Formats: sequence, C-alpha cells, structure tokens
Amino acid sequence: MTGQIELGLMVAQAYKSYGNLQALKGVDLEVVKGEFYTLLGPSGCGKTTLLRIIAGLELPDSGRVFLGGREVTHLTAAKRQVNTVFQSYALFPHLNIFENVAFGLKARNFDPTQVGRKVGESLEMLSLSGLEKRYPHQLSGGQKQRVALARALVNEPEILLLDEPMSALDAHLRAQVQEDLRRLQRSLGTTFILVTHDQDEAMMISDRLAVMNNGVVVQTGTPRQVYSKPTNQFVAEFLGAANILPARRQGNQLFTNLGPLHVSETPYWEEGHLAIRPEHIVLEGEIPQGSVNCVRAQVREAIYRGQSLDLWLDPGPLRVRTNTRDRLGPGDQVSLFFPPDDLVALDNQPSRY
Amino acid sequence: MENKRPLIALTAIFSLVLLYIPSVAVAVFSVNKARYGLAWRGFTLDWYMKLFENEYILNAALNSLILAVISTLVATVLGTALALGIDRSPWSGSFHRFFDLVINLPVVVPDIIMAVALTLAFNVLRMVSSAFDLGMTTLIIGHITFQISFVTLVVRSRLASLNKETDEAARDLFASSFYLFRRVTLPLIMPGVLAGAMLAFTLSLDDFIISFFTHGPDSVTLPIFIFASLKRGLTPEIHALSTVMLLFTVVLVVLAERLARRF
Repeated sequence: MTGQIELGLMVAQAYKSYGNLQALKGVDLEVVKGEFYTLLGPSGCGKTTLLRIIAGLELPDSGRVFLGGREVTHLTAAKRQVNTVFQSYALFPHLNIFENVAFGLKARNFDPTQVGRKVGESLEMLSLSGLEKRYPHQLSGGQKQRVALARALVNEPEILLLDEPMSALDAHLRAQVQEDLRRLQRSLGTTFILVTHDQDEAMMISDRLAVMNNGVVVQTGTPRQVYSKPTNQFVAEFLGAANILPARRQGNQLFTNLGPLHVSETPYWEEGHLAIRPEHIVLEGEIPQGSVNCVRAQVREAIYRGQSLDLWLDPGPLRVRTNTRDRLGPGDQVSLFFPPDDLVALDNQPSRY
Repeated sequence: MENKRPLIALTAIFSLVLLYIPSVAVAVFSVNKARYGLAWRGFTLDWYMKLFENEYILNAALNSLILAVISTLVATVLGTALALGIDRSPWSGSFHRFFDLVINLPVVVPDIIMAVALTLAFNVLRMVSSAFDLGMTTLIIGHITFQISFVTLVVRSRLASLNKETDEAARDLFASSFYLFRRVTLPLIMPGVLAGAMLAFTLSLDDFIISFFTHGPDSVTLPIFIFASLKRGLTPEIHALSTVMLLFTVVLVVLAERLARRF
C-alpha cells in the first residue's frame, strides 16, 4: 500500500456501527507527524469512536489504520506506540502519583533506575514535582489532568490522543491549560490528536482540524481555512456565527434577497447558499456611487457583547458584528459592504450531513 | 413535624431494646455465679474458664473454624471469579437478568429448603462415591453453595462502582491481561473481596440449619453443639460460649463494614 503519510497517521475508510447506530460511515484521515490535530464536532458525531480506533481500544468494522507507515489496524492498544489522556483522566485511584506515571514503563519491564529517572523528568516537565507520594483523590482537577498527561507522555508515544481533556476544568483554568498544552506540544514535537466539541478551543490550539458530523469528516484544513472558507452549511454554522443567504446563479452573477452579489469563486450550482461571517461584513458610512456588493439596511436589534456589538438587520435576518465604538441602535440606517473574498459559496449537498 | 420527633425517638429506643435485650441478657448470665435460676449471685468468669476445659466444646470450635476457613477461601475465589465473569461478559440484557436471579436465589431461598436440597443431592452422590458420606466434606460443600452468592453480590457491587476507563487506561499503557488484573483490577476490588469473605466467614460460623443437615458424627460444629446441649437445659457455659461467638461475629462484621467503605 502506498500513499500513506510517512511516519504520520492515516485512517482509510473506517466504518463502525453499534447495533443500528452507525458511528462512523467511511472516515478518511491523514495526520502529519508532529502536528497538533483536532477532531471537532458535536456530541455523537463519531469523533470519540475515531479516537478509540486510533488508540486500539476499538476495532473498526472495516477500514485500516496506519501508524508511521505501518498497518496497526489489528494491533491492540497495548501494542501501539499511542497513549491516551482519557476524559475522566482514569488515574489509578489505588496508586500514588509516582506509580501512576510509572505504570506504562513498569508494564514493559523497564529497569527501576530508568523508571525513576523518566518519571522524575516527566513530573518535572508538568510541574508536578513533590506530588509523587500523593494519591489521585488528594489532587485538584488541574493537577489530575497534568498527571494524566505525564502518565501518557512518559512513554514517549508516537501520537498522544486527548479525549476532551478540558471538559472537566472550569472556564478560567481551561484557557490557561489550552495555552500550556499548545506550548507543550510545540516543545516536544509529538503528534497530538485532540477530540473536542468546543470550536474556540479547536481554533486556538490546532495546526489543522477535521470537522465531523454524523459519522463523517465534513471538512479538514487549518483553522483559518475552515473558519473563513466553510464548504457547507454545517461547518459554517458550527464554527461560530454565519449568515446563510439563499442565492440563484445566472452566469457569473448571483442574486439574493439583498440584491446581486459578486463572489470571488463562482459556484457550480444554479441554486444554493452563500455564507459570510458577521464580522466580515463591513459597515460603511456612505456607499460609493456604482459600487458592487453594497446594501442599505436598517438596524432591528443591537446586542452589546462587551468586546463586540452584534446588529440584527432588515432585510434579513442578517447579523453584522462590529466594534463597540459604533453607537448604533434600533431604527438606524446603515450601509453594508460584502467583500467578495469573504462571501463563500457553500457546497450544495446538505442531505449528506 | 415537631410533635412527631419524640415518637420517632421512642420507637427507635424500643426497637434497639427489642433487638439487643436477648444478646445482652445472654452476656449478663454468662458472668453470673448462679448455676440455676435467674437471680444474680455475683460476678464470675468461671464459666468462661470451664469452656476451655471442655473437650467437646474445643473440638466443636475447631470444627467450626476449619469449616469456616476452608469454605470461605473456596467461596471467595469462586464468587469473585463469578462476579468478574458476569461483569466482563460480552452478552447483555437477558443474560445479566438471568444470572442476577440465579445468584440472588440462594440468598432468598429459606435455609431449610437449601438444606433439604443438599441432603437429597448428597444422597444421590453417595451412590457414586463414599466421599459424600456426611462429614466435614459435605459440610464444606454445603456452606460454599450459599456463601458464593453473598461473595458474588458484594464483589459485583464493588465492580459496578469502578470506572471502566481505568481498565482501558491500563491497556493503553501496555498492560497485558494478567498485569492489568494483578495491578489494577484485583487491588481495586480487594475491599469488596475481603468484605465478601468476612461476610461468608460469619455466615459459615453462625449457620445452624444447613450444618445440621449436612454434618456427620465427627463434624459437630459450635451451633450444633449448642443446640444439642439445650436438650439438657440452659447452662451458664452455653451463655459464655454464645457470648464469645457473638463478640467474634461483631468484630468480623465491623471489619467487613470498614473494608467495604475503603476508597
């Protein structure tokens, strides 16, 4: 078999069902060695099932998994150089922190001096030195999470899998941990694959991400690509707010209920949808004479959000996000400019997702 | 609600008195100098001393201990294996309901029916081998049959409270099935196993009905000895013996309770 990414991870046509529930419906995935990759999707989209198949905790009904150019589809978790940080952390409650972190080394019969050294380094890397003799129930949530990380990383895995590791942390700590995790991955150069349903987390932490829904990968790319050029309505709406405009195409011209609009990439369809992010619509004082993609609208509702001001406009519903220096309220007339580069023609197959 | 409180307290005290008066009475009479009658004639530990001089009692105590230790060991191993097997079984739904029923039956079936059933079974088995002549062997087998259920129930409830992800974490960390069992599963269920064993041990020590039906002339246990002596009337020695057994049981139950609460 050729084509698998050298020394990275490749999943080819993975299918998995539980009874009548199809968790994965033919998933392909390519992860380059050393990148921070995120599987993003709503609950029940199959992202955790995919992670478990990569870990070797679950066998796909069909499909293949390659790790570092070698097929591992039928290898058990114990035989893969992949380690996991579980959602519940799954620390061993009867073992102290040292023994928890040492578990993977001792299971492979590393000699005691080596175990001691590696565990020490690992604990120090995650600022856990001094907690060796404590037990999991004596630690805070953040400390438990770092122990789970140390326990996985001490084995120097080819890939570290993280199953929603931030979900048990409070919002303030979570932001801190996300940044720490990002730095940790950068300094180690290990491939990290994170599962999350939090699109902000996925945006800030990933090199690349795969958006999943209903057992399929809907779109892959860098956070910027996926956010600014969603290929379909699901991605557009799951990753933050989006205006979805029904449109008809005549030649190179697109007609919407806001009037004709120009798009930088003309779609293949006759009838479909355009998407634009609320913050990508430009508010202008005056519309230049004869300019394209300009529309006049009236503010119906203004929502103050601290760092931004959201305007709901007529004709619409149309949402525009602007900065709070604009003091606009209901009834105000505004002029809008739709940059052709930010207007995205969506893929016309909503039924598949 | 206020005026109900004295009633609740009163009921509670009344219940406690009902529950413990008989035991306390036995303990009191075991240190009473009077050989006959219910009058108090002063404190003595003579009856306890006499226990240790009575060859029959010592023999019965030894039998009870041998029976309890062996049957508990076997029942604990089998009951734990059964609990693990049910917990790990790939079959679900009706299989689990069936096994839950099978395991609960010996707990709820009256002892006398278990005893009769065992007698019948041994009668049949005796036609195959003389090893099933009534004696220590049949006693041990009889006790194991009802102990297994209790051990399995206690261990299963312990298993149910464990996080399944810990098993997966161990496998993910390169543990073989044996290493996983020895280093994770067994230590985690150990409090349940020990609590189940203690329970089985006390049940064996206190059992009368099943022992009565399955014992032989050479394997008289303490409860059977007490029952036999009663025919000759209540004596202070019996009170002393009962008190010793009571204290022993209480200690075991308290220990079992503590173990079950670990982690």
